[in-house]
Amino acid sequence: MLSDKEILETMGMVSSQHLDVRCITMGISLFDCISGSADETARRVYDKVASYAKDLVAVGDRIATMYGVPVVNKRVSVTPVSLVGAASGGYLEIARAMDRAAKETGIDFIGGYTALVQKGATPGEEAFLETIPEVLATTEKVCSSVNVASSRAGINMDAVKEMGEIVKKTAYLTRDKDSLGCAKLVVFANAVEDNPFMAGAFHGTGEADKVINVGVSGPGVVKAALEQVDGDLTAVAETVKKTAFKVTRVGQIVAKTAAKMLDAHFGIVDLSLAPTPAIGDSVGRILEEMGLERVGACGTTAALALLNDAVKKGGIMASSHVGGLSGAFIPVSEDIGMIEAAEMGALPIEKLEAMTAVCSVGIDMVAIPGDTPAEVISAMIADEAAIGVVNQKTTAVRVIPVYGKTVGDTASFGGLLGHAPIMKVSGYSPARFIARGGRIPAPLGSNKN
Amino acid sequence: MNVIISVIGKDRVGIIRDVSTILADQNVNIVDISQTLMGEYFTMIMRANTEKSELPIDRLAALLHEKGASIGLDVNLRSEEIFDAMHRI
Repeated sequence: MLSDKEILETMGMVSSQHLDVRCITMGISLFDCISGSADETARRVYDKVASYAKDLVAVGDRIATMYGVPVVNKRVSVTPVSLVGAASGGYLEIARAMDRAAKETGIDFIGGYTALVQKGATPGEEAFLETIPEVLATTEKVCSSVNVASSRAGINMDAVKEMGEIVKKTAYLTRDKDSLGCAKLVVFANAVEDNPFMAGAFHGTGEADKVINVGVSGPGVVKAALEQVDGDLTAVAETVKKTAFKVTRVGQIVAKTAAKMLDAHFGIVDLSLAPTPAIGDSVGRILEEMGLERVGACGTTAALALLNDAVKKGGIMASSHVGGLSGAFIPVSEDIGMIEAAEMGALPIEKLEAMTAVCSVGIDMVAIPGDTPAEVISAMIADEAAIGVVNQKTTAVRVIPVYGKTVGDTASFGGLLGHAPIMKVSGYSPARFIARGGRIPAPLGSNKN
Repeated sequence: MNVIISVIGKDRVGIIRDVSTILADQNVNIVDISQTLMGEYFTMIMRANTEKSELPIDRLAALLHEKGASIGLDVNLRSEEIFDAMHRI
């Protein structure tokens, strides 16, 4: 029998600590939509997404009411469009069909405008990459991601070079909205195929036809639990573990119920601690609760490593299938603790980079000066990719070179994407390094066979 | 289905009667009640069974919340599964 204390604890997590399910993401395979005609492929894509996802929003809302836990986002991820459109070359048509289907079904975002070019790009993928800026500027809900490196393949520096230019072009084409298009574009190393979080979600080629992946959240719950801990860091880690277990159990039951109601496979629960700009929903604040004056102070990387590890250890047992990114997110513009630290100069971009070595994503939602050269963005991508490739983990870059703005200004993206101060980037040039192109070989540690 | 219903509101005469009436109207069977006074606030946790109710649980939760609000009470109904998931291995 449940005790009153347990019942009140759960209710408190929801009502005052922002416990929510961040997203229910339906992965849909588009392989059976491929045809030699661009229009026909686009039509099939629209029909399949609109029909598979037609009840997604209603089911998400129903589950939210049933369990009393908000389900914040309902999303769809699809097979990488660079593959789906290869036969017809109709990438733009497919993107527009995805956008229409997303609007028709009422979902928040649709991800999968994706290419996997970690070792090299086909002529079709080359053509696909060139369409990304236009797609991000002319669609509303389509998200794009490109995998440029893996621990197995090394780093495709030709793709890294090109992505710097694509980010810049996207920023220019969406200049009237603080270069918002770049917030919908992620450059990955070691991208995962079952990530439910945007903007980097896509439906991997090894996945089933219709899959439900769920991303939990709960930075506020972890922070509230830590407020009660006066012990040493072992006690802190234990508390995070126990809390992560409870949070993940919510994700597990929601994922199972959603998969059943939508007649889909249950894919994974992603354990990531995903912040929002709301007060009390910040990963930065957890690190500060551990004893740092500000996130970005010396000790931040160690504190984040503890947090990330404890979240995984607590979450793993709570779900039958854990996947996706599963770690702490540190998106600057989406986390009030990070925003404040960046604004006051406590959190420079170099410290953020160090933090990405021990958490689940990378340089995420960081606004940089609009006049940052493309090769500098490419070099940031290369640095992050190197961290991911060498440490056998996912890393990513989602930077926004905000057109017409510079250090001291603020970029505002709205909603969950929040706002961010423009951060200073090293002014020394990596141009020659980036211009070399080629591939950085896979590290020794990747040769495991 | 077993549900947990929480009721919070400023203490006054007849809260239990009001909430019980709403539940009875929907054919929801109360299994257990615990209640306490926190300052001037009345807090009640009820365990109930909705098997005989014609409404699905999400509609029931919405109805209860709405009717509760109209008489000055914060009433939340949730499936017991979510509490079990969190607190029982």
